[in-house]
Amino acid sequence: MATSSSPSETPTQSQQFPLPKVLTYPASAPPTLITQGAEGRLYKTTHLTPDRPCALKYRPPKAYRHPILDARLTKARLSSEAKVLERCWREGVPVPAVYAMDPAAGWMMLEWIEGVPVRMAINEWLGERPEEEEEEEDQGQQDKDIPPGAGEAAAGEEEAPLVNLMRRIGTVVGALHRTGVVHGDLTTSNMMLRPWGEKGQPNGCAASEEDQDKQKGKVLEGDVVLIDFGLATQSMSDEDRAVDLYVLERAFASTHPRAERLFTTVLDSYREAFKKAPSVLAKLEDVRMRGRKRSMLG
Amino acid sequence: MDNTIAKKKRRIALGCEGSANKLGIGVILHEGDVGSPLATATVLSNVRHTFVSPPGTGFLPKDTARHHRSFFVRVAKQALSDAGISIADIDCICYTKGPGMGAPLTSVAVAARTLALLWDKELVGVNHCVGHIEMGRAITGAAHPVVLYVSGGNTQVIAYAEQRYRIFGETLDIAVGNCLDRFARTLGISNDPAPGYNIEQLAKQGGRVLLDLPYAVKGMDCSFSGILTRADELAAHMKAGGVGPDGEPFTPADLCFSLQETVFAMLVEITERAMAHVGSSQVLIVGGVGCNERLQEMMGAMAADRGGSVYATDERFCIDNGIMIAHAGLLAYETGFRTPINESTCTQRFRTDEVLVKWRK
Repeated sequence: MATSSSPSETPTQSQQFPLPKVLTYPASAPPTLITQGAEGRLYKTTHLTPDRPCALKYRPPKAYRHPILDARLTKARLSSEAKVLERCWREGVPVPAVYAMDPAAGWMMLEWIEGVPVRMAINEWLGERPEEEEEEEDQGQQDKDIPPGAGEAAAGEEEAPLVNLMRRIGTVVGALHRTGVVHGDLTTSNMMLRPWGEKGQPNGCAASEEDQDKQKGKVLEGDVVLIDFGLATQSMSDEDRAVDLYVLERAFASTHPRAERLFTTVLDSYREAFKKAPSVLAKLEDVRMRGRKRSMLG
Repeated sequence: MDNTIAKKKRRIALGCEGSANKLGIGVILHEGDVGSPLATATVLSNVRHTFVSPPGTGFLPKDTARHHRSFFVRVAKQALSDAGISIADIDCICYTKGPGMGAPLTSVAVAARTLALLWDKELVGVNHCVGHIEMGRAITGAAHPVVLYVSGGNTQVIAYAEQRYRIFGETLDIAVGNCLDRFARTLGISNDPAPGYNIEQLAKQGGRVLLDLPYAVKGMDCSFSGILTRADELAAHMKAGGVGPDGEPFTPADLCFSLQETVFAMLVEITERAMAHVGSSQVLIVGGVGCNERLQEMMGAMAADRGGSVYATDERFCIDNGIMIAHAGLLAYETGFRTPINESTCTQRFRTDEVLVKWRK
C-alpha cells in the first residue's frame, strides 16, 4: 500500500493495468488506481455501500518470479498480513481495518485511510523551510508545549511540529511492538497522517500557537496510521524489533536527510511507549554495528 | 583549489583495481568541459588478469595479493600500450582505497603509489562501489537510476540524493555473490572463468522442479546465509540419493536453478521497493553478479511492469576492472579531489555513502 509521490496521476492510470476480477463486477462508482507500490496495486473502491470507501490491495502475479514461488509468496503474505492487521486492530494500534479478502486471488479490502503519507508531509514541511534550519527566529515562545524528554528540545521552537510528529511516530511504533507485531518495512511512506478534522487535537499540540506557526505546523498534524503490513510478522524478539527500528532509521536518513538528526526523538518516545524498549534499543546498537561491518569486500 | 585540470580539454587517468581476485588496470579519457552534459568519457584501455583458484576452494588473501604483485607490471604495460598514450599524457593515478580484501588492496595501493612517485603524478583514492556506479552510468547513460550493486563482496540497493549514494537496502549477512561462489564450492564447480558464471550455465539445464529454499527479505534488506545453509543441506541430500518434492531425484542443475530463482527474486523485490520509494523507473545493475543474464531478465520484467527499463553492462564493466576506478577517480580529480601520498592508505571497510559525490548536482 506504499503510496506514490503524485496522487494526481490517478484517473488515467486505471486503464493501464487489467483489473483484478473482483473489481470487474458492477459497482456504483468505478474503481480508481491509487498507486502501484512495490508489492502490488492499490485501488480505491467501495465496500458494501456506495458511501463506504475502501482500499483494495491487489498483488498481481509477478512475471519475473517463478510461478510456484510467486503463488507461495502471494498467498502467504496476504494471509499473514490480514492476520497481523486484525491483531493490531484488536489491540488498538492505529491500522486500517480488514473488510474482506481472497488470498488465492491475491486481494484484500481494507478501511480507507484519509490523509497523506508522512513522507509527503515531512518533505512538504521541510520544503517550506529555509536551508539554515538552525537559524531560529526568536518568537518568545519559550514555554511552548514540548513534551518532556524530547531529545531535540534544544533544537528550538521552529522544529516543534516536526519533533511532535516524530514523537507520535515513536509512540505508534512502540504500540505496534507491544502488540507482538513487527512491521518489516517501516518507512515514512508506509505511515499515513490522518487529519484530526474538527474533533480537536488529542494532545493539544500546536493548538495555542500563533497563526503563522499554526499554518506551518498544520501539514504535520494528524494521527499516524501504519499501513502496508505486507512484510509484517508476529514476533516478540528484540532482534526483529531492532531491525524494524533500523529499517525506519535508514529509510528516514535516506528520505529526509535534512531531518535525520531528529530521529532520536522517535526512539525517545518509543522508549516511553513500550516497556521492553531498553533491550530493543540495546539490540539496535548491535544491528547498527553489524550494518557498518557489512561493507567488507569488493 | 587547483583548477588547471578543469580547464584542460583532454584529461586522462590511469586506474588500478585489486580489491578482490581481479587485477585490473585501465586508462580513461575525459573530453569537453568539466560538468558539462556534453563531456564524454572514452575507454582507452581496460586490461584485467584474474586469480583463479582450484574447484572447491576460494581465493585466499595471501595468494591473491601475490598474484596481483606478480602481474601488476605486465598488466600496467599492456594497459599503456593498448591506450597508445605516453606517460606524460596521464593526469592522475587512481587506485581502489576500499572496500575489499586487505592484502590485495595493499599490494595494488603500493604499486599505484610507486607509479605516482616514479612518474610524478598525483594520486586519487577511489571507493570501489562508487567506481562501479559511475562506470555503469557512463556506459549505459542511465541518468538517475536506482542502483543494484551485486558482487562477491557487496549487495546493496543504492539511490543518489544530495551528493551521496545512499544505501536503501543491503544484505544483512553475506553478499549474494558470496552465496553463489560458496555454493559452487559445495558442488565442486570450476572457478574458471567465475563460479557464478558456471552456476548460471548449469542452471539453464535445470528447472524441472523448484526446490523449496528460504526466502529472506527484511524490509529493503535481505539475507543469504540461511539460504546457503539450506542449499548445502539439499546438495548433501542429493548426493545421498534423496528425492525432490515430486518424488524424483534432482540434479545439481536443479539446485543451481532453484538457488538463482530464489535469490534473484529477492534482489528484484528489494530493488522494486526502493524504486517505488524514490519514484524512479530506471534501474542500473552493476557488480560481478550483474552480468548474470537471468538476473537482468528478471529485473527487466519488473522494470517493464513499472513502465521503466533496466540498464546493465557486460562482463568488461560489470566484473571488477581498472577503468571504473580511473573514471570515478578522474571525476573526483576534476572537482579538485587529491589523495596526498602520506594519506594514500586503503581500508577493508569503506561505505558507499561515505563519499561526497561532488561531481553530481
